[in-house]
Amino acid sequence: MPRIVEIRQNVLKKNDYLARELRERFREAGVYVVNLVSSPGTGKTSLLRETLLRLGERYRVAALVGDLATENDALRLRESGADVRQITTGTVCHLEAEMIGRALEGWNLAALDFLFIENVGNLVCPASYDLGENQRVVLFSVTEGEDKPLKYPTIVNSADVAVLTKIDLAEAVEFQRDRFYEGLQEVRPGLPVLEVSVRTGEGLPAWLSHLEAGRRALPETASSR
Amino acid sequence: MHELSIAHSLVELAAEEAERLGLRRVRALYLKLGVLSGVVKEALQFSFDIVTEGTSLEGADLVIEDVPVVVYCPRCQEARTLPEPMPMRCPVCGTRTADVRQGREMELYALEGDEGDGKDAPDRRDQTERSQKERLFG
Ligand SMILES: Nc1nc2c(ncn2[C@@H]2O[C@H](COP(=O)(O)OP(=O)(O)OP(=O)(O)O)[C@@H](O)[C@H]2O)c(=O)[nH]1
Ligand SMILES: [Mg+2]
Ligand SMILES: [Zn+2]
Repeated sequence: MPRIVEIRQNVLKKNDYLARELRERFREAGVYVVNLVSSPGTGKTSLLRETLLRLGERYRVAALVGDLATENDALRLRESGADVRQITTGTVCHLEAEMIGRALEGWNLAALDFLFIENVGNLVCPASYDLGENQRVVLFSVTEGEDKPLKYPTIVNSADVAVLTKIDLAEAVEFQRDRFYEGLQEVRPGLPVLEVSVRTGEGLPAWLSHLEAGRRALPETASSR
Repeated sequence: MHELSIAHSLVELAAEEAERLGLRRVRALYLKLGVLSGVVKEALQFSFDIVTEGTSLEGADLVIEDVPVVVYCPRCQEARTLPEPMPMRCPVCGTRTADVRQGREMELYALEGDEGDGKDAPDRRDQTERSQKERLFG
């Protein structure tokens, strides 16, 4: 006899469960975790390198970087002096909570103030996978055109803040700010946006303050100083 | 294409649930898919067929129900269904809102399958649970 039985389970419940465990671990360790997502080449590694350098003067910082095949981004980031671990995903086009958990094995999280995760360059898949982060940052560059947010509503909708990168090139590519902001508002009203350039350094202080403010807003834990 | 990963998770979850419920053969999976889930329906159907090949779920139907975006409008003070995933505005009064109440889900909400024939049925407690479920939803 065929029967229909109600299940009502989230398809990604395993990932969600692992992400909850990670979030709890991060909270106990007092580390603030930021997940960076964007298209390939938007400038995640460039911004992260600058961030590790500058924030590293005052905080204990580290990074995990996801890449399909190469170690290049991890090597670039290690130039900052920070502890950086590579996650090679092979054919998987996004990071999952389970990969983060494995990459963190043997790492003393309590010795960190900030942990950055550079996701695989991809604006679709990372949206579905919670990594236990405190903040999800979606990056767009002025060279990608103004309507990216409209084309990728899911990721924009899941983000806590947007960063517009490479603004030193805005004039050269005739980037239309109004259209970009309008699109973003249609998809995620009220999403905060920060504009940066790692070439000129413009916007970097505001970006760093934003991160620090996020960390300060964490509830105090036993291990945080 | 993460639909393949999603299909794997779906099939794994369905197989676990089928076993827990003592379903001998799964005929259909009913999935609720939010239009903001980021999953492409056709790609998921295609991946599902690939992933189930040679498993206990081979031949099962994947029935996908699209779930529209529902936002909460602070002005109307009511949940509103959007005719399109965008823009994120109340369709009645036009107020912008980012308060998404529905439309992101990826939920296995039911399985259709054949009962075990008694011989290979799991223990009695499971059967009691099952018959309760049947009374509720059958
Ligand atoms: N002019 C300019 N170029 C930039 C800026 N930020 C990054 N770039 C350049 O953009 C290119 C890609 O930058 P990456 O930081 O490697 O981008 P990514 O997002 O990490 O790329 P994937 O890891 O491959 O997804 C590099 O050639 C950078 O030098 C910027 O602010 N201004
Ligand atoms: Mg990179
Ligand atoms: Zn309204």
